[in-house]
Amino acid sequence: MERRQPELTSAAAALRPTTRQATPPVYQLRGVSKTYARRNVHALDDIDLQLAKGSFSAVIGSSGCGKSTLLKIMAGLVPPTRGSVVLAGKPVTGPRRDIGMMFQQATLFPWRTTIENIVLPIEIRDGRKAARARHDAASQLLELVGLNGFEHVYPNELSGGMAQRAAICRMLITEPAVLLLDEPFSALDELTREFMNMELQRICIDQEATAFLVTHSIQEAVILSDLVYVMSPRPGRIVEAVSIDLPRPRTLEMLSTAHFGAIVQAIRDRLDKEAFL
Amino acid sequence: MNQVELAQAPSEATADTVWIEQVSWIDSIPRSVAMIGLFVAFVALWQFLTLLDVISPIILPTPLEVAYDLTVVGTNLLTGQYMLGALWITIKEVIYGFALALAIGFSLGVIVGETAFGERAVLPYLVAIDTMPKIAFAPLFVAWLGFDIASKVALAAFIATFPIVVGTAAGLHAADDNARMLFKTMGAGRWQTLVKMKLPTGLPHLFTGLKIASVGVMAGAITGEFLGGGKGFGELIRISASQLNTPRVFSLILYLSLVGLALFALVTWTQRRFVFWHRAEVRAAADG
Repeated sequence: MERRQPELTSAAAALRPTTRQATPPVYQLRGVSKTYARRNVHALDDIDLQLAKGSFSAVIGSSGCGKSTLLKIMAGLVPPTRGSVVLAGKPVTGPRRDIGMMFQQATLFPWRTTIENIVLPIEIRDGRKAARARHDAASQLLELVGLNGFEHVYPNELSGGMAQRAAICRMLITEPAVLLLDEPFSALDELTREFMNMELQRICIDQEATAFLVTHSIQEAVILSDLVYVMSPRPGRIVEAVSIDLPRPRTLEMLSTAHFGAIVQAIRDRLDKEAFL
Repeated sequence: MNQVELAQAPSEATADTVWIEQVSWIDSIPRSVAMIGLFVAFVALWQFLTLLDVISPIILPTPLEVAYDLTVVGTNLLTGQYMLGALWITIKEVIYGFALALAIGFSLGVIVGETAFGERAVLPYLVAIDTMPKIAFAPLFVAWLGFDIASKVALAAFIATFPIVVGTAAGLHAADDNARMLFKTMGAGRWQTLVKMKLPTGLPHLFTGLKIASVGVMAGAITGEFLGGGKGFGELIRISASQLNTPRVFSLILYLSLVGLALFALVTWTQRRFVFWHRAEVRAAADG
């Protein structure tokens, strides 16, 4: 099969080689394809992408374009059919402690206090004693996300936004090399969601985190990311990598600027074109 | 609309709007008053029916006769006479039966809920056995285990096992996809996923099964005594009934129901202690 290179906008093309030179990619996918033989579904086709250290990238596409599959492959939950998946110099062959993940639902367990929920990944991997030793680190993370004082509160008493903040702490406690975010705030109301996106930016800058966001909101992808990958369905492939040249830190005011609107419109045009082909 | 417009908008509702919610008088009675009132009404109706002389006193004793017999049986129990020994035998049957059902039911529930083999191969047989009238097995248990308490324990456990299997298996299926995915990403093994996530998530289901079992185990023990003799409380009931001593039958049943109630209360209390988060969730769902 002919190997398709993702088209790049002039801005992205200009930016990518320089970022590649400045900082080596933390996460690199080359020619990743996924076919579900049993259902005969070609979910992903020849995906190339790389996440530079400390960068924020997003992938956007209509539902069913394979972005969930892509994320599962990157999380080590599903093996690719073809291609190489390399995180921090080592191929991803299963779940790893240097991969942090966050979902649409906070999924805190109601029989554990907030802090016990946060150290759960440590407890699973290193046991109860190691988890208790990390309580101080967990408290610091709670402070980082603005939840100080909620250590011993049960999740029932947290609001949706607070629960997602706790989920951020649980993701960060293992000090992962990459953060995989699967529509993390899409279950929240619009106002909370915008606010949490800004919080996420602040936390990522503070932690110098390398983040990868899956979303179906163009605005969300643009306001958070340095690079937005546009995906088209059947088979899922990256049709464009758009670099976002808005200055950091991003603010909610930028949402109403003409430049922001133009970027969003350009991505929407690209998506529409692909969706109805 | 801006603020100036809001301020200048003519205000039609000057008086406070008072909204009176209509509550039927019968729903506004306090719980304790309602319960006691219903009990008094029931006893009064019962007394009235027996005084009418349409029903033979042998078939239906008056509430007063039953109340008197309650004191007789109560005295017998409190002074540690033969009835206390009989009650103790029945209590032992219930406790052993419940413990046995819990051990077997929980183990089978984990096999059915956790393994594909259990769900494919074991579950169909369990469903088939569950649909049988289990009380009909009593004579077999007596034949196998004799007239002592073992046969009653077996029948009680036999009846109580199935709701526990169902509760455990349903509980293990209660965890949602997000929780399963989260545990996978954390690199949790099967055992960790079971112990740290699936079992705690399923506890409310397990306790529902335990409550049904606590009722069934009582029925099993008494049925076993009816059909297999012995020296338990069920035997006392059977003898009293054969002597047409209906007030005694009534009072024995009432004392026996206290045992069943105590077991049910113990399960409920344990549930509140161990599943402390669940009530809060139900309340939150009701509010939301």
